[in-house]
Amino acid sequence: MTTTEIEPQLQPAGPLHKTREKMGRRFAYGFLILSITPILIGYTWLVIATISTRTEGLLPRNAQGGIGGFTLRNWDFVTDSAIWNAMLNSLLIAVAMVIGVGIASTAGGYALSRMKFAGRKTFLSMTLVLHAFKAEMLLIAIFFVLRFLGDIPVIGNYIGFNTVGGVALVMIALELPLGIWLMKGFFDNLPWDMERAALIDGASRFRVWWQIMLPQVRPGLAALSLFTFIAGWNAYLVPFTFTVGTKVANMPVFLNQLISDTAPTNWNAVAAVGLFQMIPLLIFFIFTQELLLNIYAGGSKGT
Amino acid sequence: MRVEIENLSKSWDGVIGADNITIDIPDGDMVAFLGPSGCGKTTTLLMVAGIYKPTGGTISFDGRVVNEVAPKDRGIGMVFQSYALYPHMSVFGNISYPLRLQKLDKGDIKQKVQKVADMMGIGDLLDRKIAQLSGGQQQRVSLGRALVKEPQLLLFDEPLSNLDARLRLTMRGEIKRLQKDLGITSIYVTHDQIEAMTMADRIAVMSKGVLQAYDVPEALYDRPKTLFVAGFVGNPPMNFFDVEIMSTNGEFRARSEAIDLVIPRDRAEKAAAVKGKITMGLRPEDVTFADESSSAGAGLTLTGVAEVVEPLGREDLVGVSINGVEMRVLVDKTKGVRVGNNITLVVNTSKLQLFDPETEQSLLWA
Ligand SMILES: Nc1ncnc2c1ncn2[C@@H]1O[C@H](COP(=O)(O)OP(=O)(O)O)[C@@H](O)[C@H]1O
Ligand SMILES: [Mg+2]
Repeated sequence: MTTTEIEPQLQPAGPLHKTREKMGRRFAYGFLILSITPILIGYTWLVIATISTRTEGLLPRNAQGGIGGFTLRNWDFVTDSAIWNAMLNSLLIAVAMVIGVGIASTAGGYALSRMKFAGRKTFLSMTLVLHAFKAEMLLIAIFFVLRFLGDIPVIGNYIGFNTVGGVALVMIALELPLGIWLMKGFFDNLPWDMERAALIDGASRFRVWWQIMLPQVRPGLAALSLFTFIAGWNAYLVPFTFTVGTKVANMPVFLNQLISDTAPTNWNAVAAVGLFQMIPLLIFFIFTQELLLNIYAGGSKGT
Repeated sequence: MRVEIENLSKSWDGVIGADNITIDIPDGDMVAFLGPSGCGKTTTLLMVAGIYKPTGGTISFDGRVVNEVAPKDRGIGMVFQSYALYPHMSVFGNISYPLRLQKLDKGDIKQKVQKVADMMGIGDLLDRKIAQLSGGQQQRVSLGRALVKEPQLLLFDEPLSNLDARLRLTMRGEIKRLQKDLGITSIYVTHDQIEAMTMADRIAVMSKGVLQAYDVPEALYDRPKTLFVAGFVGNPPMNFFDVEIMSTNGEFRARSEAIDLVIPRDRAEKAAAVKGKITMGLRPEDVTFADESSSAGAGLTLTGVAEVVEPLGREDLVGVSINGVEMRVLVDKTKGVRVGNNITLVVNTSKLQLFDPETEQSLLWA
């Protein structure tokens, strides 16, 4: 009985089968192409705009209204130290977030997955509920927290209001519920026996976490780091709210500062800064594309 | 190392894992924990390992209570069903891990690992990744990792369950030989009674968290103290019948609507105390197939119809319906029994078992 169930798959696909498969594939590709077209057009415009004085639709226009008028003037900002400062701030925020979220999520996720302690269930449901709150709702409360932190001697200068550290701290806190839940999920999937074996082999609980368990959740940690880095790199609302002036502005905030209320905005220059901001991410994606696909497709496989 | 387990219990708010287990393991012996899955074998083993904290009772190694001793300080090695190897380390990395944690000298570690690996027949695989090994090789690595720290006590939790039947047979022999050669006290958890029977010096049979029997294999087989042990030990399992014992003109008979057998006096008399029905047990191999010509004494034969015939290779396992009561017997293949055949069976009544159906205790072996 079982053999007849398996057989159809073992037989080579007939002609009818093949055409069907082909059509299915065509349909899938058609759908994909159609759905990414608007995005592709958007990016095409972005690139063209950065090297033109003026655009009409996707077409660059020169002063006479003809096609042309290419210029590199929009990119003049790369010689301005302000943008490099903004980029450094973006990088600091993103890296601080990757480190902070990575450490707290792997440690917290492990504890929540493996240990029994009072309030574990409550904590789990609370973090989930907190994650549902939008950051905007908390802005005013966070402002007071940062003001308070700023009053702490010495370290207050690095983590208070209007500091890169303060922004990073807030961003880490907002990212943690997701990070902890994600890492808890990865730890939940690991077998207990491996941990027991290590305890019997002579490892302490901390060593088990560090040497045995962490290497198994590396793909999960890589994915979380990536999400966190992107969230930090593109952070706007929190840095915008808790920083003043250009010194502590990160890239998105700097971009916003280009759009002035009083003078006419050079949109092509704004586009160039936007593209400039994307370059690190693009490079990053190109190199980690394969790894990312593995993470999405295979979970913790590939050890 | 002598291991004494006394009144050991473990429960998780209401769920009972192990209930009041008492087992004394002499130094150098291999003891099997045998029972169906979920009966508390792993729970008990993990308490011996120090992974689970007992809710009651004590565990002593050589007379020293170790309840509060951490797993790493118990001098134990453990082999898991899932192998529990560290997939991000090489074979060498896995086997050397316990030694590296002890901060032994590099040269020493290398030498010890090589020696254990050679003993396990994986000496040339030390650079391999775990994922590049077969199941059997992985289990050897796991065994090597347990042995390399020269433990006083070896714990096995169904180590062969994930291997194919053939490999299981070879590994069974290897583990047994290794254990005897090294003389390490061992606890071997299994649900496979053949493994338990062939490997263990003594077997602890468990059911639902309770220790049913703790004895040498032959005793469990020939003199089962409870109905559970009788039914669980032995393959194919024992047949059970509800009968009443009657004595007529000096003969004892076990009778029910379906069967009527003359049974030995010494066994029958022990059952006399129980009024009404009792449970009689007969192993499939204690029943032989009678040719038409054979003339067994009256009252020692049963007749029925073959309903199921399962070829086991050398023998056929035949399900015989005796006036509506099902009974499994082993029959030589050459007899060529077919479904529907009428069959006469000669019963070796000197081997039969009798149980009180209420208490499920043996009436023969108190
Ligand atoms: N960590 C645990 N928490 C709650 N119940 C458990 C736990 N471990 C085992 N049990 C329960 O204890 C009983 C015995 O389990 P176990 O010792 O694993 O059985 P076995 O190894 O004989 O198959 C089972 O009913 C199981 O559900
Ligand atoms: Mg088990």
